[in-house]
Amino acid sequence: MLNKMQDLKQKAEERIPQLLSIEEINEFRVKVLGRKGELTQMLRGLKDLAAEERAEAGRLANELKDNLEALLNRQLEEYKAREMELRLAEEKIDVTLTGMPAHRGSKHPLTRVQDEILEIFISMGFSVAEGPEIESDYYNFEALNQPKDHPARDMQDTFYINNDVLLRTQTSSVQVRTMEKMRPQLPIKIVVPGTVYRKDDDATHSPMFHQVEGLMIDKHITFANLKGTLMLFAQKIFGSDVRVRYRPSFFPFTEPSSEMDISCVMCGGSGCRVCSNTGWLEILGAGMVHPRVLQYGGYDPEEVTGFAFGMGIERISMLKYGINDLRLFFDNDIRFLRQF
Amino acid sequence: MSVPIKWLKEYIKIDWSKEELAHRLTMAGVAVDPDGDSEDDAALELDLTPNRGDCLGLINMAREVSALSGNPVLIPKVSLKENHEKVEDYITVEIEEPDLCRRYAARIVKNCRVAPSPEWMQDRLTNAGIRPINNIVDVTNYVMLESNQPLHAFDYRLLGEDHRILVRCARPEEIITTLDGVKRSLDNEMLLITDGTRGVALAGVMGGENTEINDDTTDVLLESAWFLGTNIRKTGRKLALRSDSSMRFEKGTDIEGVIYAVNRAAALIQELAGGEVVKGVFDNYPRPWKADEIILRSERVNYVLGTEISIEEIGDCLKRLGLKFTKNRGQFKVYAPSYRPDLMIEADLIEEVARLYGYDRIPSCLPDGESSPGGLETEQKYRSMVKELMSRSFFEVVNYSFVNPSVLDMIRIPESSYLRSFIKIANPLSEDQSVMRTILLPGLLDNIARNLARKNQNLAFFEMRPVFYPDDGGLAREILKLGAVVCGERETFWLQKNVAMDFFYLKGLLEDLLQQLSVNDVRFTATDHPSYHPGRTALIEAEGREIGIIGEIHPLVLENYSIRQRACAFELDMQSLFELSRKRAMNDEIVRYPAVERDIALLIPSGVNAQDLLASIRNTGGELLRQVVVFDLYSGGQVPESKKSMAFRLTWQSNQKTLTDNEVSDLMEAVLEKLKAEHQASQR
Repeated sequence: MLNKMQDLKQKAEERIPQLLSIEEINEFRVKVLGRKGELTQMLRGLKDLAAEERAEAGRLANELKDNLEALLNRQLEEYKAREMELRLAEEKIDVTLTGMPAHRGSKHPLTRVQDEILEIFISMGFSVAEGPEIESDYYNFEALNQPKDHPARDMQDTFYINNDVLLRTQTSSVQVRTMEKMRPQLPIKIVVPGTVYRKDDDATHSPMFHQVEGLMIDKHITFANLKGTLMLFAQKIFGSDVRVRYRPSFFPFTEPSSEMDISCVMCGGSGCRVCSNTGWLEILGAGMVHPRVLQYGGYDPEEVTGFAFGMGIERISMLKYGINDLRLFFDNDIRFLRQF
Repeated sequence: MSVPIKWLKEYIKIDWSKEELAHRLTMAGVAVDPDGDSEDDAALELDLTPNRGDCLGLINMAREVSALSGNPVLIPKVSLKENHEKVEDYITVEIEEPDLCRRYAARIVKNCRVAPSPEWMQDRLTNAGIRPINNIVDVTNYVMLESNQPLHAFDYRLLGEDHRILVRCARPEEIITTLDGVKRSLDNEMLLITDGTRGVALAGVMGGENTEINDDTTDVLLESAWFLGTNIRKTGRKLALRSDSSMRFEKGTDIEGVIYAVNRAAALIQELAGGEVVKGVFDNYPRPWKADEIILRSERVNYVLGTEISIEEIGDCLKRLGLKFTKNRGQFKVYAPSYRPDLMIEADLIEEVARLYGYDRIPSCLPDGESSPGGLETEQKYRSMVKELMSRSFFEVVNYSFVNPSVLDMIRIPESSYLRSFIKIANPLSEDQSVMRTILLPGLLDNIARNLARKNQNLAFFEMRPVFYPDDGGLAREILKLGAVVCGERETFWLQKNVAMDFFYLKGLLEDLLQQLSVNDVRFTATDHPSYHPGRTALIEAEGREIGIIGEIHPLVLENYSIRQRACAFELDMQSLFELSRKRAMNDEIVRYPAVERDIALLIPSGVNAQDLLASIRNTGGELLRQVVVFDLYSGGQVPESKKSMAFRLTWQSNQKTLTDNEVSDLMEAVLEKLKAEHQASQR
């Protein structure tokens, strides 16, 4: 009996490492450890042994059974690991090939920049107001202190629908509309994005373009507040190292009026083609709301003051993205649009 | 306008380099660019704002420099040698329209010799863009550049025998031939200088040919007048005529400078053309100018600017500007000079103080007080979100709001359509931009056509912008639309070739959009639209309300745009979309009992559409039917001619228990019966 076990042990230890498939392993397992397997038979024969031999033989037989089971399991694990390795090697792909394209699109750069501008002012507590593109002469000009035949109307050549209706030339047209809606509440703190139109079409003018207007009215708003607000805006949109300067200017609906320049975003102020070697770029017009405009809006200029500003989104976009041709915005060439 | 610095220096001492001068003027609000290579031929390129028309005269520029530097203005002395005759014996001036012509001064210079003016004068005029003519006309222009007062010279002997100047409005359709040789028909709002019988000059705009200075002229009548800017501007607009003179009157001239200018011109003519100046000026000036009194409160200056400028400093600014004033504690009574008609109210003076004080010296700080919450309104946020969603699959385009009305012919819109009631632009730049658009589709097709012409393939665009319809009693109805168009194939991909961006591609994106926006109960119904393929177009409705249209573009429309591929488009009404977007909520609980899937393939008449079949299935399936999808569509082959085969996958699930096979089979049976009865469907 002990000899038989010894034989089986030796045979199994030789054979098991040669088992190379799951079928062979299972077959061997059945042959040795199965119900009619060799070792099982031996274990059944234990009862025929003498009592003193039986204990020792039983221990050895069980030990052998455990050993063989462990060996078979190990063989199985090795087999699985080998199989996995093969499969993984087979499944290798060229990971440098392009992925499946998702749907692809983008927002127009003008939309992007407009959103960015609005977001900055919203973070400063401004709300967004809007107004019609087809506007009355009254809101676009008269209520902004530009009566008919005022020379300042030359600043903007206008598309007219009829004598009293026009395509708005400036988002400033929303100023008095908003005041009428809000009065007598304070503060008024709005930004107005929108499409505007001027009768001008050349390399640097488009008959349709976009502006963001701002208006803040409250008790005791100062020119210093205008400077502070626009400074913060300039830094947020062009970076904290941008420098700004304010020049006196003229708009019929602000007094005092100012133009804000920023240090050239291309050359940093040392002078280049973009800034015509001045180191400065004009980016927006602003000023203290003209007393007459406050009156048109139904506010008493002795009681409240305010500032207003307006900027061209195309201009800011060109500076932000390094776009050198205004016409690209309206050309809608996909090679342009794809870059945003 | 270009101002030679050397010439400017005749009126003021300038210690600065041309760059320094240009910088200081710019920072004081008179925008200039330095020009020229050497200090000697340096010039200032003026970019004046409309309120500072005064700076078109060199003496006024010198005043501006004086305010900055403190150096005094040097106004040329006029030394006239007058004869003993009286101007009144030569001329009388009558003004019929004292509101339009507030002053008219005339001087006579006799026995002149008309000849070319000296070279230095010709050079200065040429530089300023004015063509030299002769010594008489050149002097009037020269003095205008110097003083900003436009002057006109008449040949005195060609004026009528009445020796009379009458300033009146033209008769309707009265004719005058101006110096440029153009015969002009006037109206009764246009101011005319007449010799009592006929027009001799279009006031403030251009002289008449009939009294022009010529080689035979010996006696000259010099006109120096003040005309109302808005009237001159109107006349110029109506006649499409603008001159150096009218431009100055429009912006406002110095009514008190009229006499100086006419005297200065007479003296120069005497010097250059050897004339004899008749004694006196005929000065018709019915209501002499009186300086407006403007109150300037120093505390108001600081209140508006946010500064602490002292009363003394404010006074100093006013002084440097040459403004006369009296002071009572912090209150100034300022008398604006006649050459600065732009100074009218306190705010104007606050700006003057601010620009002389220096904008850069004004502090910079955010407004005090609690900050109000800002933000977007719901609808604004919504539009922004729609753009965000659209921009995942489409490139946003921006097309002009104005179009050529013929674009509606291009997309086959019938004559009777409401889309043709355009809002027209009265003064368009061209026919191509002459009406406001009523539909987005033409712009989007144009985008496709232009890109294809440039060999840009595979295009997907969207646009969210308003269209415009007339509004009785209002300005216009501006309706926000969302349009999209696709053409070509999805981006080339090595694994999946040639996937067309066709109707179902576009519809899939649209359905996804509507789902993202929580627009429920969406129905597509086959429809007809002249711009779209009759068999491939659907009306889009949600909750029974029409929201837009989707379809393949009609081949004839594509032909009109020279688009040689198929293209598909949709156009939605943003307002409806917004109103139909429901609050998002969790409607389906997560069920832990397993779902059962069953497939059926049906033979159905080819005219029956999927939406109706799906509706029947859903109605019959009851609440245990969780989902139905079409997973196969087939015709031809073994499928009879007038039929098609459509396969559906139905998912059944209960939240109470695990469904048994029998239960599901019964339900399937009921569905099948319904489809047979309602749609002549049979199981394959």
